[in-house]
Amino acid sequence: MFFTYIGRELRRRMRQSIFIAIGLALGIGLVITVTAASAGVKNAQASVLHSLYGVGTDITVTKAPAAGSTGNGFGFGFRQSIGSTSRPKAGSKIDNNTLSAGGTLASLASSNVTSIAKMDNVAAAAGGLTLNDRMISGTVPALNFNGGGGGFSRGGSSSGGSSSGGSGNPSSFGANFNINSFTVNGVDIANGELGPLSTGKVSSGRTFTTADNAADVALVDASYATQNKLKVGSTIAVGNSKNAATNFKVVGIVSEPAGDNPADVYIPLGVAQSLANLKNDVNTIYVTASNSGDISSVASSISKAVPGSTVTDQNTLASEVTGSISSAASLANNLGKWLAIAVLIASFFLASLLTMAAVTRRIREFGTLKALGWKSRRIVFQVMGEAVAIGIVGGVIGVGLGFAGVALVNKFSSPLTASLASNTTGSATPGGARQFGGGGFGGGGGGGFPTSGTGGGNNPFRGAFSNAARTAGTVTEHLHAPVTIAVIILAVGLAILGGLIAGAFGGWRAARLRPADALSKVA
Amino acid sequence: MYKLTNVTKDYPKGRETVHALRGVNVEIPDGEWMAIQGPTGHGKTTLLQILGGLDRPTSGSVDFDGRDLARTRETAMTKVRANSIGFIFQTFNLIPTLSAQENVETALVPLGVSGASRRARAAEALNSLGLGDRLRHLPGELSGGQQQRVAIARALVKEPTVLLADEPTGNLDEDTRDEIIGLLEKLWQDNGLTMVIVTHDSSIARRAQRLGTMRNGKLTVKQTV
Repeated sequence: MFFTYIGRELRRRMRQSIFIAIGLALGIGLVITVTAASAGVKNAQASVLHSLYGVGTDITVTKAPAAGSTGNGFGFGFRQSIGSTSRPKAGSKIDNNTLSAGGTLASLASSNVTSIAKMDNVAAAAGGLTLNDRMISGTVPALNFNGGGGGFSRGGSSSGGSSSGGSGNPSSFGANFNINSFTVNGVDIANGELGPLSTGKVSSGRTFTTADNAADVALVDASYATQNKLKVGSTIAVGNSKNAATNFKVVGIVSEPAGDNPADVYIPLGVAQSLANLKNDVNTIYVTASNSGDISSVASSISKAVPGSTVTDQNTLASEVTGSISSAASLANNLGKWLAIAVLIASFFLASLLTMAAVTRRIREFGTLKALGWKSRRIVFQVMGEAVAIGIVGGVIGVGLGFAGVALVNKFSSPLTASLASNTTGSATPGGARQFGGGGFGGGGGGGFPTSGTGGGNNPFRGAFSNAARTAGTVTEHLHAPVTIAVIILAVGLAILGGLIAGAFGGWRAARLRPADALSKVA
Repeated sequence: MYKLTNVTKDYPKGRETVHALRGVNVEIPDGEWMAIQGPTGHGKTTLLQILGGLDRPTSGSVDFDGRDLARTRETAMTKVRANSIGFIFQTFNLIPTLSAQENVETALVPLGVSGASRRARAAEALNSLGLGDRLRHLPGELSGGQQQRVAIARALVKEPTVLLADEPTGNLDEDTRDEIIGLLEKLWQDNGLTMVIVTHDSSIARRAQRLGTMRNGKLTVKQTV
């Protein structure tokens, strides 16, 4: 009788029932679409963060160099590199290969890695050493007093390679040297699941094994390998702090996600420390918390334990993400959420109002049922049952609308872009960049090194500035809004809740009816 | 069966109070058929509703088989209505979306009768009233007389001890009226019901054992035979 009565009653007021169901469906559809879009944006954001940050890594610890310091960088041109304060004789040959930390990240004692790994709620910690390798080879040219080629001796006073320096012979200096620069990452092989290689995929060869801890073996980034025609089995020369080169055997080619700004070459951490004369130092510590809820507290503990460090977790990183992905997240989280809530409340209100109106129209019916001995509770259930049935229908239609909305979002949404500000870890400071631009060869006119002064794309030493590999990048992600079972259950649950709320109001109205009053309408 | 003592019923109506019943005293023994007449608005329906436990008096007592309906809790009153009292209304009050059989079943729902038994008893009740071929018809598909017979079946299917009817022929033509009154009289005789019928129709009132007249909330009763 219960279901028969519900079915017949809903059929009787079909138009009203459909109206209520569609109202609920719109609310539910919007909730699904917004929730899915929001999840899609979050996924895209997570994907961006992972590629910028490293899968499995919850926290990174770095340290900005002291203001004005040049760290172990290349300092003022290659004068420092060749270990001389005077100009080399014309015709003398220079062949230097220097590996250093570059001055964009300050060193952290390796002991910090161990102490962080022992902290509460820390699952693992790994050290990393980001270095720059610079090779300069060539013959020192004769001085040309008529032109600007003498920038070599006047360096430091100008602000960039393209600054004034006369109209000297463009081939006077720079053209006499081959300069090559690439980034090197020392990888903590024992904790390979963390750190710079965690996002990469080995496209050929192999990755590091524990047997490689002290070996001169390297993984090379796929792009760098293509540019330099390197493959598995090739050798690559990596310098050291004393300008001498060591040949490393390439054992694997690794592809990093777009936007990761990967290092060009990866070598075992211990080897990197030895070559750079930073035996007990790292400049990045990668940390994984035991669970996601502990990240903030672990980050806080690390900040206290490693004074002066920059502790970055995904939340702080996320806050640095700009671009359309950030706008989309904001749109989904603010406008979308509130719009969905508003529509949902409006549909609940509408459903409640119409249900109460329907109860009012059926007063004599309920009065008769009470006269027949029906308990108020039974009548309330009947009214609620009808409202819930409408809610379920609304939920089903709403799920359909939600899927349609999500399909539209997936089809028509523009690709999302995310950019991460370059000062995220405080490492790629403009000051560091100027060391190169305004330094070594800036005074040279046409023959000077055409640096832009801030590590821009024109800079042949760009690699030197991009050693803060994950500190800057732009990633494009296509939005894929997922509809999960949980969302569908939530939607149907909301629809049923809407029905229950509407039914509760209607039922309350029905329960309050006194049989005599109800029947007096007809008596 | 019924013993009403000094029953009054007052209704607020705007700023005024309507005294629908003014000290009604009456006894209705088991198996009696009593008709109540009187002008509109003089308390007939109010009295019927108090007899049926649909309303409570403002003062006085309504003794029904030893239970004072004036002081009975609503849940207990609901049980009394479900078990012992059948109602027939002038406008039939059938549920428009339910078939004739389902309408009759609604009277058995509060008694917890199983679905199959409900259907069988409802069909039997309708058969006995000559509606065996109308079980699946909706009220809208039935004539006024047929609808009232469905309402009578609904009132009697649970085998109540009391049948209360408020203008049961008020919406029927003359032929159908006679048919319905004949039917009610037969059912009263066959089932030993206590029957109280409110009616304007003197021909019906004359067939009752006693006739009560409501005027200004006061009831006077006289024997018809």
